Amino acid sequence: MKYAGKKLVSMLVTLLIVSFLVFFAFAVIPGDAAVSKLGTQATPERIAALRAEMGLDRPFFVRYGDWLFSALRGDFGKSYSYGDSVSALIAQKLPITFALTLLSFLIMLVCAIPLGIYTAKHEGGMLDRIIMVVNQVIMAIPPFFSGIMITYLFGLILKWFQPGSFVSYTVSVGRFFHYLLFPAVAIAIPKAAMTVKLLRSSLLQEAKKDYVRTAYSKGNRTNGVLYRHVLKNAMIPVITFLAMTFTDMIAGSVIMEQVFSVAGMGRLLISSISSRDYPVVEAIIILLALIVVLANFAADLLCRVLDPRIRREV
Amino acid sequence: MKKTIFLSVLLTLTIALSACSGDKADDSSKLDESSITIGIPQDIEDSLDPHKAVAAGTEEILFNIFEGLVKPDSDGNLVPAVASDYKIEDEGKTYTFYLREGIKFHDGTPVTVEDIKYSIERCADTSGEGTLLVSAFSNIESVEIVDEKTVSIHLNNADTDFLSELTSAVIPAWNEDPAGNPIGTGPYRYVSRVVQDSMQLQKFEEYWGTPANITNVTLKVIADSDMIVTNLKSGAIDMFCRISTDQANELAGTDFDVYEGTMNLVQAMYLNNAFEPFSDVRVRQALCYAVDPQAILDLAFDGKGTIIGSSMFPAFGKYYMPELSGAYAHDVEKAKALLAEAGYADGFSFAITVPSNYQQHVDTAQVIVEQLKEINVDASINLVEWETWVNDAYVGRQFEATVVGVDASTLSARALLERFNSDNSKNFINFNSAAYDEAYGAALVSTDDAEQTGYYKTCEQILSDEAANVYIQDMASLVALNNRYGGYVFYPMYVQDFAKLYLK
Repeated sequence: MKYAGKKLVSMLVTLLIVSFLVFFAFAVIPGDAAVSKLGTQATPERIAALRAEMGLDRPFFVRYGDWLFSALRGDFGKSYSYGDSVSALIAQKLPITFALTLLSFLIMLVCAIPLGIYTAKHEGGMLDRIIMVVNQVIMAIPPFFSGIMITYLFGLILKWFQPGSFVSYTVSVGRFFHYLLFPAVAIAIPKAAMTVKLLRSSLLQEAKKDYVRTAYSKGNRTNGVLYRHVLKNAMIPVITFLAMTFTDMIAGSVIMEQVFSVAGMGRLLISSISSRDYPVVEAIIILLALIVVLANFAADLLCRVLDPRIRREV
Repeated sequence: MKKTIFLSVLLTLTIALSACSGDKADDSSKLDESSITIGIPQDIEDSLDPHKAVAAGTEEILFNIFEGLVKPDSDGNLVPAVASDYKIEDEGKTYTFYLREGIKFHDGTPVTVEDIKYSIERCADTSGEGTLLVSAFSNIESVEIVDEKTVSIHLNNADTDFLSELTSAVIPAWNEDPAGNPIGTGPYRYVSRVVQDSMQLQKFEEYWGTPANITNVTLKVIADSDMIVTNLKSGAIDMFCRISTDQANELAGTDFDVYEGTMNLVQAMYLNNAFEPFSDVRVRQALCYAVDPQAILDLAFDGKGTIIGSSMFPAFGKYYMPELSGAYAHDVEKAKALLAEAGYADGFSFAITVPSNYQQHVDTAQVIVEQLKEINVDASINLVEWETWVNDAYVGRQFEATVVGVDASTLSARALLERFNSDNSKNFINFNSAAYDEAYGAALVSTDDAEQTGYYKTCEQILSDEAANVYIQDMASLVALNNRYGGYVFYPMYVQDFAKLYLK
């Protein structure tokens, strides 16, 4: 209980700091929503008038305080660019990015866990060596590049999907997931390679420990030792890594949304930053920060379940 | 065991990937008799309210939804739109418009003279509560409803050029949310949008003029310029405007026709005339002699583009002075001599600020940097985000030189020349010439067309003589259109006319 309370407080403090930093960043970078909106039609008079209309003429701390109190009441304001409420915009975009991230995470797990176990079990074998070399190459591929390659191969040559024809889940759930599968694979591939490598080395390290020898001496067979004892312990560093990967994948989907023309939260974030639409940016960044905090929290809990020693330490 | 794991991995992947080839039948919706998907480089972020929209990319789309009392045609003439006829009286002090018989808004309600009065007064800010949305409207004294078919606009000062400003949209006075629910009289009506994704337009069946050919137009945001060609080839979009020459070359031999027109922009290296070496006319002239626009066209634009010599482009017909493009023929020796005369024999250094989202301007700046090395001038490129450019360089005038393209918002020469008046708020280059102010002022009050054109030409000549900027070109505009469609027409302005597109 005490643990949960501590976590909750630290989470709130994190979010508060993040929200302030975003606000501060927007105060420092040149331009604001009024300037951005007017573009080359900007004249000092029109900018002043629009700033007053948008409330941007108020001092920094007044604006931040105002925003913070509204946000605490659950009102994230209105987008300067679209006039819609920020909550409605995000409600529309969050499921898309979340689906993409989750899909990539699942694809990564499905690929990485069996391969990691396989290569560890057959360390030094022919297939292990081939997989490790391929793995090394894949790890070096930047995600946007894998995105372009996948678009080219599956989109233009094999025609398994039509690049650029993303449809929202509100139109057709089937086509939505069909389309997302490709960016998801592009995000998952490099991460899967890293997970394979980590899981393999973690398993091999664990297998050299004394308890493993004891387990063998008690007459256990290889698979029994591997799945009942070694894997459980070897998973702890991997789970911490996976939590980081999950948050990384959200960032990855922001990039992939650009490459695959998926109108998700990443696209909204990028365009809102450039149009200085800070209510939208604030809300998205806080949401992302929340996801990061929660993912780490989940990883923490999972490790505690797997290893009772961690539970006692706190 | 090992085989089982390996096989299960393979199996999962196979199932996952083969699931994809399943529903290809959905493509049939794309072949719907009359629909087209047009890629656009950015979503509409300023406003769907035609009076508040300012981005060129927004205005070119809204052109299909809204109309003013008059509208431009593809030859650069102003043709009656919401008004069926007009007359100009008192040597340009009174403009009278006759409402078109039976014209309707997209929701079916008839357009009334009250709507016209409301629309004009909203932009002119006659109530004084809002902002002046069309600067030329500050000249409006009053808008008078003569009868239920006639409206007269009375001006404070005679202005024969005022008609070109009346392309400003007529919107219904009763619409309380013009940005969220845009209603106009154009050939297409707004249906819906998904932020950062797409926008749907539909043919307006009760349009007063030649109706649109294609029923459904989808505008799809393609934010990553590297994906334009891929999305065209995949069939996700049928059309994309202003592609680069590289992209056009990539499309060679595919199902796409590439149309070539002009961008209708004055691309130049704009010089801050208040910045130390550029305040000397000889330095500015030296730069003009040193920069070779033809080499820029050849190196960065595949030789495409029209070289210009002042703030005017060919689409403006009678105002355009083609002879100015040769005013500063490439001459390194002359440039060096001018620099020496100005006291910069050893050269100097300056920064060219370029908005990084415009690859064509970045490319141009790179060639300029190389060309200026010949006269010992050390230019560097300072890439900035568009918003930073607007804020610091354009509004704040904090720049030394910048490469951008300046467009015209109306069909009047004023749209391009107004900003160089020394006290104009858009005079971002701080150009200051008494002769120019005089000529421009004379053009404004002139009521004789030939005389007025003469004054505007004087203005252009001064910009050239004074080497206000290093003028480069009116860039070629390349439009990719799937060869199933035809009917793309270029306008002398920054607009796209979807109504003329047709399915072959």
